[in-house]
Amino acid sequence: MDATTLTYIFVGLSFTLYIGIAIWSRVASTSEFYVAGGGVHPVLNGMATAADWMSAASFISMAGLIAFLGYDGSVYLMGWTGGYVLLALLLAPYLRKFGKFTVPDFIGDRYYSDAARLVAVMCLIFISFTYVAGQMRGVGIVFSRFLEVDIDMGVLIGMGIVFMYAVLGGMKGITYTQVAQYCVLIFAYTVPAIFISMLITGNPVPQFGLGAELSDGSGLTVLQKLDRTLTDLGFSAYTEGTKSNIDIFAITLALMVGTAGLPHVIVRFFTVPNVADARRSAGWALVFIAILYTTAPAVGAFARINFIDTVNETSYKDTPDWFKNWENLGLIGWSDKNGDGKIQYRAGAPFAGKPAFDGDERTRIGARKLTNDNTLSANEVYVDRDIMVLANPEIAGLPGWVIALVAAGSLAAALSTAAGLLLVISSAISHDVVKKTINPNISDRQELRYARIAAACAIGVAGYLGINPPGFVAQVVAFAFGLAAASLFPAILMGIFSLSMNKEGAIAGMLSGLLFTGTYIVYFKFVAPDMNSANNWLIGISPEGIGAIGMLVNFTVAYCVMRLTAPVPSDVQSLIQNIRTPSRAGIAQDH
Amino acid sequence: MAHNEHINDDLSASEHANAYWRANIRLLIKLLLVWFTVSFLAGIVFVDTLNAYEVFGFKLGFWFAQQGSIYVFVALIFVYAAKMKKLDAAYGAHTSDSPNHPPSDDG
Repeated sequence: MDATTLTYIFVGLSFTLYIGIAIWSRVASTSEFYVAGGGVHPVLNGMATAADWMSAASFISMAGLIAFLGYDGSVYLMGWTGGYVLLALLLAPYLRKFGKFTVPDFIGDRYYSDAARLVAVMCLIFISFTYVAGQMRGVGIVFSRFLEVDIDMGVLIGMGIVFMYAVLGGMKGITYTQVAQYCVLIFAYTVPAIFISMLITGNPVPQFGLGAELSDGSGLTVLQKLDRTLTDLGFSAYTEGTKSNIDIFAITLALMVGTAGLPHVIVRFFTVPNVADARRSAGWALVFIAILYTTAPAVGAFARINFIDTVNETSYKDTPDWFKNWENLGLIGWSDKNGDGKIQYRAGAPFAGKPAFDGDERTRIGARKLTNDNTLSANEVYVDRDIMVLANPEIAGLPGWVIALVAAGSLAAALSTAAGLLLVISSAISHDVVKKTINPNISDRQELRYARIAAACAIGVAGYLGINPPGFVAQVVAFAFGLAAASLFPAILMGIFSLSMNKEGAIAGMLSGLLFTGTYIVYFKFVAPDMNSANNWLIGISPEGIGAIGMLVNFTVAYCVMRLTAPVPSDVQSLIQNIRTPSRAGIAQDH
Repeated sequence: MAHNEHINDDLSASEHANAYWRANIRLLIKLLLVWFTVSFLAGIVFVDTLNAYEVFGFKLGFWFAQQGSIYVFVALIFVYAAKMKKLDAAYGAHTSDSPNHPPSDDG
């Protein structure tokens, strides 16, 4: 059987499983819809959190980013795992003790204010939609490459599947589908990694293979070979990187804090039975995440070696099929600047922008004709970073079933994250906006109906964003972190650790953090993209890392405003005392 | 609630809660120092210094940035969960008695 047939079978089987779980886990109450009734086992919740967390960006883009960024890619590895330490130590146990349904619920009650609740809802919707757009796009890319359907059609199929289990099963459906999706995605990620590690180093454990000696008899280790080859081709050394220390520091901090402040991750810890389980479950979540995150840098390094070995100085007509397949999709482009018919891979952009093709026109030797203006660099090949994980099994010449597995795994990663995001959007609307603000008198059944309608609408919007994407997958996701770091994380943290932070301070802090970070990102990314370089940045911090400063802005503004306004009422002080103590759960219950 | 018999009057109750909270904060500070050291110090600020040492084929600073910090993060959360369990027991704050979510009509 060829790879495409196998892919249809693998993807079909995994989708059948998800739909089966959706039907089995239909829910009848809002408690089940929002938090799966609060009865999820901590290890299973850890698995669901890992799938919820690891998105199309983690699965598809991250290893590719690291492959091309080298040491600089460490920001994603540390940032997207270190956040769980903050989440487990500073937020999750207390929010679980609080024992309600949503993140705005906590902010609204703790800051005794519907205005604070609505600001939190706004932050949440903004963050979650930015994030979900990337997921739907990821689904579309996988469908178009492996199943030979249109990207837009792929997005529509993805929407249909998420609709089934998110609208029917709510958090309960999503939780158990995510457990299944975790198993699919981690298997799909590690199997090819083990194969490739064996091929390149003879060591089956990718985490060790990354440091091991190459099996090509050169006597070099993987990292030595990369450092040497890349500097020869004009790149900087793989293990050194090019970003400034302060930027790496700020990006890592913004990603960590942003991770801890992402609503769809936080609510996962509302689904376990008690506070001790919330702590333990965060540990399990990070174990399951770390399996992929410690494999990714190895996958990235192997992919870069393989890519250079197969492509550089190879005649176009001798390139393997995957090169031409991705070229057909516009994710690889080759401009034969020196006319030798061979591909030269060097540092620098080969031509201006992404490949723009002259219709179906081909050059004399069969490559797609480009209309881009060539740059002066000796580099002739454009390669989209997002393809590295998807192309890796083909680049390494692995069998068709491994390729099919990767396709099913990347769909699992994208769909599980999309579902988690759509759930927090819909529960913020039905619970925090409709039930808590507009009409507190609606019954549980009515609220559940609103939740389902909101979920269906959110899926529609997400699909639209997937078909008309605002940018490439990983970049879009990076926005969400800056915004979460600057708005929700500080508000929740102060809500738990400060007895005196009042509603005026919290609202002013959230708004100023959001405004500062949002303005900085929009200015450098959209208004004046040509200004986006280190000498124009605020103390050398890029838009990706500005959330760290946004967080400080939030804290500072919140503190100053708090000093000038009325103190926190005493019943709220006892609420804070209550969430700080695991067992005495009276207040939240008996009001 | 069931555990109120641990506490005889309001004053000792709040002292008890304060002592528990202070112990929690002390633990948090220790663990967050480790968190900061393995990532921001070993992986970023002092990465070049550590890169002079080689361990298992990795430059040490690079290893912390792409592998080591993640392993330490995992360990930190489990250490925290275990230490808090002890702390909960010592202060009579039995976490497993926490209630489930309130009924959905908030009643």
